[in-house]
Amino acid sequence: MLDVRHAVVAFSAPGGPLVRAVDDVSVTIPTGTFVVVVGTNGSGKSTLLGSIAGTVRLDSGSIHVAGRDLTGWSENRRARYVGRVFQDPRAGTASSLTVLENIAVAACRGRPAGLGWATGRQLRDEAAERLARIQPGLETRLDQPIGSMSGGQRQIVALVMATWHRPDLLLLDEHTAALDPASADRVVQATARLVRDQKLTALMVTHSLEQAAGLGDRLLLVHRGRIVLDAEGVAKRRLSAEDIAGRFDRLRRADQLDDQAARTLRDLYV
Amino acid sequence: MITLLTAWTFGVTLAFVALGVFVSYRLFSFPDITTDGSFTLGAVTTTVLLVSGYDPVVATLGGTCAGAAAGACTGLLHAILGIPPLLSGILVTTALSSVNLVVLGRSNVPLSGTPTLLDRAEGVFLPITAAARFGDAAPEAARLLSMLAAVAVAVLVLWVFFRTNLGTAMRAGGDTATMARALGRNTGLLTVAGLGIANALTALSGALVAQVQGFADVQMGIGMVVWGMASVFLGAALVGQVRLGGALVATVAGSVTFRLLVASALRAGLPTDWLKAATAVVVLAALVAPRLLTRRPQASAAR
Repeated sequence: MLDVRHAVVAFSAPGGPLVRAVDDVSVTIPTGTFVVVVGTNGSGKSTLLGSIAGTVRLDSGSIHVAGRDLTGWSENRRARYVGRVFQDPRAGTASSLTVLENIAVAACRGRPAGLGWATGRQLRDEAAERLARIQPGLETRLDQPIGSMSGGQRQIVALVMATWHRPDLLLLDEHTAALDPASADRVVQATARLVRDQKLTALMVTHSLEQAAGLGDRLLLVHRGRIVLDAEGVAKRRLSAEDIAGRFDRLRRADQLDDQAARTLRDLYV
Repeated sequence: MITLLTAWTFGVTLAFVALGVFVSYRLFSFPDITTDGSFTLGAVTTTVLLVSGYDPVVATLGGTCAGAAAGACTGLLHAILGIPPLLSGILVTTALSSVNLVVLGRSNVPLSGTPTLLDRAEGVFLPITAAARFGDAAPEAARLLSMLAAVAVAVLVLWVFFRTNLGTAMRAGGDTATMARALGRNTGLLTVAGLGIANALTALSGALVAQVQGFADVQMGIGMVVWGMASVFLGAALVGQVRLGGALVATVAGSVTFRLLVASALRAGLPTDWLKAATAVVVLAALVAPRLLTRRPQASAAR
């Protein structure tokens, strides 16, 4: 379970005004729920994700995962409960290490890395089995440097790594955005399957409205640091990609109206 | 023959610097200037301990640990205080130049008459080299053999260590910090530990060099980081893309080859004064050559 309470993250551009990238967001995600997060550019969805992952500090509010208050925890300490897949495959996997060595690091997530042999027989067998289950063929490449694989393959491995030990929360930060459509599709299917099989609590940020409409049990639409739409159950299932696109358009038009109103007020009173 | 063997022994002991630079520069992408200071630190600490009558093993270990501490300091400056790698190294090395002078007491101290680790190793390996008919040169051959054995042990230990969970996590952190952090590793601490290991190796080299040449000098570490890089690059050029074990062996081979190149250059008439400049040119060539040879722009690793 993820519990975000009154989260605020404020930024100020040099010389600019203070902007609340995350503006008093509160959301509770029950265990086993797959949540898709969409939003306009600069809406604060990535900042929200970062504040849950621990890369962005909250100015106020709190983050609880599985009943533990992680608010003041460092990124690496949170990794004990939170699994992550990045947008850039190069950020989530270590290029010069082999596939198996990458998985070995993941197999130590949340526990001290001791002086045990990293890539033993048991890990090799289990890695081969898990990879074969999710994308047959990958299990033959365990000893290749992961840097020699395609971005899509790396993201599949990254997914297996993030879920090697079942995380209390899985964060997916636009993890298909850097891939070609065919690879993105494979990664999406692998994601859906892993989340379903392990009954994971997952939070996926995406740019793709098709993904937003087709995946997950719940949809959050973020705009100007706030959650402006929270749909689940039947309401979520009924949302089509067009519906979401329509929402985006309305938000943009409202923004323009806001700007216009501000200009008019300025002209009148300043 | 004897001079040649001594020169080789000297060259082999420097392979530890190459291994240290391999750890800091190749595994952590950290251009670690501390190498210059910790090499000298290892030499002066060991020398002072030897002169004060400590056992050679203890003295050499002492020098090695001092180097590890220096490396950890650089790592802390970078990981905790966020100071850029080069500047962290420069700060620690600058401080070390004072520390080294204070530890040694004056600019150089001879080891004449003090039993060294090399004397002890000579005793162990002499039966082998004597049997191998090295004749008069048997003691020197024994010293060379002992250093070769030490380097082999170091390569083996490093290979094993960097394939354990901790070592693999360190390599992962050095390669892609975001990945290691997302998987729960404290990359700052890993960098501190990595630089500690790197500078322990460098200081061990300094400690051994002092015992091979029979004195310690506060200037002896100057240019060591470039020497180490030259060895690492040369090793990589010799064998190409290889995995960890191959890369470690290649680094040692690079160090020995580079020593050989230097010896040939000196014999061909290169004035000793120009040695460091020549080393810098070799490193420059190693950095630039791949870019000139491959021509195409840097291919992106992903996709």
